[in-house]
Amino acid sequence: MSTPTISVEGLSYTYPDGTEALADIDLHIHAGERIALLGPNGAGKTTLILHMNGILMPQQGSVAVTGLRLDHRSVMEIRRRVGIVFQDPDDQLFMPTVWRDVAFGPQNLGLDHDAVAARVERALDTVGMTKVAHRPPNHLSFGQKRRVAIAGVLAMEPEILVLDEPTSNLDPASRRELTELLTSLDITQLIVTHDLPYAAEVCERAMVIDEGRIVADGTTFDILGDQQLMRSHRLELPYGFSVPPR
Amino acid sequence: MVAALVMVLAIVATPREALWLFAIHAAVLVTATVTARFGVRFVLTRLVIEVPFLLAALALPLFGPGERMDVLGIGLSIEGLWALFNIAAKATLGLLTSIVLAGTTEVTDLLAGFDRLRVPRVMTAIMGFMVRYVDVVAGEFTRMRTAMRSRGHEAGWLGQLRPLARGVGALFVRSYERGERVYLAMASRGYAGTMPAAVTEPAPMATWVATLAVPVAAWVAVAAVWMAR
Repeated sequence: MSTPTISVEGLSYTYPDGTEALADIDLHIHAGERIALLGPNGAGKTTLILHMNGILMPQQGSVAVTGLRLDHRSVMEIRRRVGIVFQDPDDQLFMPTVWRDVAFGPQNLGLDHDAVAARVERALDTVGMTKVAHRPPNHLSFGQKRRVAIAGVLAMEPEILVLDEPTSNLDPASRRELTELLTSLDITQLIVTHDLPYAAEVCERAMVIDEGRIVADGTTFDILGDQQLMRSHRLELPYGFSVPPR
Repeated sequence: MVAALVMVLAIVATPREALWLFAIHAAVLVTATVTARFGVRFVLTRLVIEVPFLLAALALPLFGPGERMDVLGIGLSIEGLWALFNIAAKATLGLLTSIVLAGTTEVTDLLAGFDRLRVPRVMTAIMGFMVRYVDVVAGEFTRMRTAMRSRGHEAGWLGQLRPLARGVGALFVRSYERGERVYLAMASRGYAGTMPAAVTEPAPMATWVATLAVPVAAWVAVAAVWMAR
């Protein structure tokens, strides 16, 4: 098999107060996959994704992105390869205008003005936000902010897009538009979510993390259909939903 | 921005006895505000900010030194009256200048302008963050107040103070935590300690000429007065 886009081996992490957040995590994500990362609150989902771009460094075990092992020398290149879209777009859009915010990443890569402009325009076009390019982010709707946040990460031309709770606080129409956007992108994706119907709709594969361990890894339908597994890890489909029989 | 600075300097350099010169400055600025199509209300509400300073300056004629004159039975120092006039006139005119600047220029353009004028990047970045997050923090504060009111906390001056102070404290902690999350997001997009420069077009010559015309006119008048003395 080809080099995995993300390869995590034996990763453990304990917070300074002694809480064990991750315990011996092994996982591989291959190019072109769209994977849901499921798990209850406090399971270690955020801690895991912060390891994927070197915001947190592995205490034990290793993380590699398309063959490049994460360490202090490779961290900047890893951050370019792994684009994280955080939960609250207000945290992510910190520049005075949309254009400058999307340009922030490419400028940090040291690209010249024309290359930066080309990337910004392409990224804004991909998420359909070209018309708000010169507006300040605080004048956008929540759904627009989410799209611009995704554009800011796409402008880095990453190899994998990691989204933390992308559907939170979106109204149903914005949620559907986000689905259309994500499924149209030709990029590997890891989607952290509590929104199980969304995971079923968008991701063919899912992993369940609980108490810092990967406890299940398989097709999203198999996992959502395994009632025993779901119950034991505090996962529930919303009222009225069930996995269609195949 | 350069024009505004030069204009303010011209106003400050005006000798206080040169009444007609103040009239010229005022005329120039009023023309600028009219050209910018500001409403009277727009300008007046923004001028309110100088009121506390003027109230403080009112003490000057009461306690000022030198020769005194009687106005409505109150002994006022002539020196102090001149000082009051000087402060009032210069503050109003200076403020008018910044109103013209702020009213005609987008905040983002102002920041980009500071960048082009080689104001240290750290300063413009801080100003940029402030402008960006003032709405977010104000929104949080409003929601917190709504939540307090919804649970029966009502505005009674002193009784209100304690929970309000706690609220402000909580807001500070929240903003601090947001700062950390913003930093994580910055680091995730390759931030390594320096903010990228704003990419802006230089202002065309015509803009320079048009905007500088205002302060240059003021300076010509000031220079004439100083020479005549």
